[in-house]
Amino acid sequence: MSVIYLLLPLAFALGIAAVWAFVRATRAGQFDDLETPAHRILHDDEQDQPRTPPENPGSAV
Amino acid sequence: MGLVDPAATEQFCCRGCRAVRAAIEACGLGSYYRMKAAEDALGPANPSGRAFADLDEEAFLDRHAPKVSEGVRWTELYLEGVHCSACVWLLEKLPRVAEGVIEARLDLRRATLHVTWDERVIALSAIARTLDSFGYTPHTGRDVEAHAARQREDRRFLVRIGVAGAGAGNVMLLAFALYGGFLHGMEGEYTRLFRWTSMVIGLVVLLWPGSLFFRGAWAALRTRSAHLDLPISIGLAAGAVAGTINTILDRGEIYFDSLTGLVFFLLVGRFVQHRLERRAADSVETLFTLTPNFARLREGDSVREVPVESLAPGQIVEVRPGESFPADGAVVSGDSSVNLSLLTGESRPIPVSAGDLAFSGAVNMSRVVLVTITATGRATRVGKLLALIEECSRRKAPVVQLADRLAGWFTVGAIGVSVLTLAAWLFLDAHRAVDHAVSLLIVSCPCGLGLATPFAVSVALGRAARARILIKGGEILEKLAAASSTGVLFLDKTGTLTEDRLSVVEWREAPALAMPYLRAWVAALESQSAHPIAQAFAPEAATTQHQAVLTGAHDSGIEGTVDGHVLLIGADRFVRARIEDIPDWVNKARDQFTSDQLTPVFIALNGQVAAVAGVGGKIRPDAKETVAEFQRRGLRVEILSGDEPATVLAVGHALGLAPEHCHGGLAPEDKVRIVERAKQAGPVFMVGDGVNDAAALAAATVGIAVHGGAEASLSASDVYLGRPGVAALIDLFAGATRTLTVIRRCLMVSLSYNLVAAALAVTGVVNALQAAILMPLASFTVLGMALWMRTFAPASKAAPCP
Repeated sequence: MSVIYLLLPLAFALGIAAVWAFVRATRAGQFDDLETPAHRILHDDEQDQPRTPPENPGSAV
Repeated sequence: MGLVDPAATEQFCCRGCRAVRAAIEACGLGSYYRMKAAEDALGPANPSGRAFADLDEEAFLDRHAPKVSEGVRWTELYLEGVHCSACVWLLEKLPRVAEGVIEARLDLRRATLHVTWDERVIALSAIARTLDSFGYTPHTGRDVEAHAARQREDRRFLVRIGVAGAGAGNVMLLAFALYGGFLHGMEGEYTRLFRWTSMVIGLVVLLWPGSLFFRGAWAALRTRSAHLDLPISIGLAAGAVAGTINTILDRGEIYFDSLTGLVFFLLVGRFVQHRLERRAADSVETLFTLTPNFARLREGDSVREVPVESLAPGQIVEVRPGESFPADGAVVSGDSSVNLSLLTGESRPIPVSAGDLAFSGAVNMSRVVLVTITATGRATRVGKLLALIEECSRRKAPVVQLADRLAGWFTVGAIGVSVLTLAAWLFLDAHRAVDHAVSLLIVSCPCGLGLATPFAVSVALGRAARARILIKGGEILEKLAAASSTGVLFLDKTGTLTEDRLSVVEWREAPALAMPYLRAWVAALESQSAHPIAQAFAPEAATTQHQAVLTGAHDSGIEGTVDGHVLLIGADRFVRARIEDIPDWVNKARDQFTSDQLTPVFIALNGQVAAVAGVGGKIRPDAKETVAEFQRRGLRVEILSGDEPATVLAVGHALGLAPEHCHGGLAPEDKVRIVERAKQAGPVFMVGDGVNDAAALAAATVGIAVHGGAEASLSASDVYLGRPGVAALIDLFAGATRTLTVIRRCLMVSLSYNLVAAALAVTGVVNALQAAILMPLASFTVLGMALWMRTFAPASKAAPCP
């Protein structure tokens, strides 16, 4: 039963690690917008192709 | 782009959508779009073509675009027309389209784009023009700093919840071991270890996330107001002190499992409620701005875009069709018609020409006009109106929620009874006196009470939002429910009871006229005119394919040919000047339309008057039923309108209202006066959409803005109905009444639990352990009741398809 003296601090350490990770994620803004990322994940990453910038974006209609 | 064709009525966001549209049309299922249009009212993508020069002003950038580092700034732009996943994809590719944009992140729910850009490479106005050319017209001006501050606050709250949750879970695990040991025996060494561990975690949870309640209680004490935080803090503090002493002395109950769980649940409840209330406020805020934030300043022959703040009386500005006037002034040149409905509620456009007055906020309808400014900013009529709205909002007394009202009595009761218990037990059994008094304080901690309102309210707000009714706070539900059968309901006419665009209400044809396509011909020809009256015929033009050629457009009528037939459409005198022989039935129809407050429009076909159309604001189909329903419930229903008294009377008559309940020709100040007078007798509900209603909305007990309303009226109101029509009003009142019933029931359950537990604690029948097990039971009952109640039914139609 004295193994509890090892297990309890260990469990504690794990718990604190999880809380720390959560706090970090929250402060980094990962929970600010819960809707858009669900859409964003559907978009495939693609290779950036060289592009020609439009001369006048306002009249590019 | 190639996709946006300014001449077409339909615009597509991508080729995929265009292909789908073609396929649907080919199968003969085109009416899908009419249903869809009614469902989500998605306007066509329509680039505004603005230069956005005002965005590059130093003053604007300093206020709305904080610097990240040297030369790099960020800001938030609210975009029109953002709706689906493809928009996210397109907008986040902005760095590839516009060089100098470092990052673009879209928040789909709020339709705001977070842009970071290098101002040495690209100007914000160029970014705005690019977005505009995609059909997402950007809007700015909302306070980004305030939003960032709110976001930081949200994050702090979430961290508190996380810590409280982790703590509560771990203490609960230890508590299971302790309860097991209590029943089956456990070595004292391990019991002590678990109790000390629980104490450490428990104190961390109480002092970090739990400090919120202590601060709330302290604030309530200082302002001598009742707040639920007070009895909660007393319970928490009593439990923490007793638990700590018991842990150190190694005797009795330690309470930390209940306390941490309580802190966690209460925090979750508050967070959810807070978030839903803010979500409602946010989505209302992100609607459009009322007055433009830029103006086209005319200097000699050149035109320059400047921010409205820099305008001064005496300057000349140019206002194009579709734009609103940036300031009050006098028209110098140009003939046009303006829509003043924001100010007056009058739906019919008013013709203006040189010398006439133009007001800030009015929309220019047909042609470019030049205006000499006479007043700007707060000195304009709209500015004064906004000041009035602010004043009315300020005067509104804050509401004390039902639970907080109870909390005051609760605190006094709990402390009083504890003191009595202590005194009584000192005589009976002095050793156990403190124990009993403390356990009384703990069991009377109103956890159920603290959970009931936030959960019931947030469930109701969430369901209401899904039914497209945005309610800005829980206390509004209480106010709505409290007086749903005794108050006065004031309805605005234009935009609320009637549709705010003109339409053909009546149609009278010549007897024995066999021309089945006449209406379609008229629609085809009228669709080529920009005159406001012509717009009334426009909906029918979408489905016709007739060849219409406009040969002449005048102020009061048009002429042209459709499929080879010569058509003359216009006002009485326009047609009379061209056709001599007007039959009798035409005059009769005209007189009748005029007395019904409709504008008669004459239609002549091949030199003969063939039909007369009555054009006006159509009464919404659900208005009559809704009015009757509220009258049945005992509310007094009245109309407050800025429109002509005769028009208001006609609408009131059609809805079955008594003439003395139809008030027409009211200025915004008159509306406020009527609302405030009625408020002295009882609760007043005001429903409206325009800026002219906003002050009255703010003054009323509960102000309800309807679909399509102006920004000022939305921010002044407490509820926003996101569905067209007034039928949502019935859902709103019924939902609020049901929600309050559930809140009352929850409060009753938790109170009776507290009473029973307190009685047991006073007599010493219940020991602290049993109390600790009973305590969460009340909370779970309340949670269950709040979650499974029926409050707001979801919107009757299914969710819109993508």
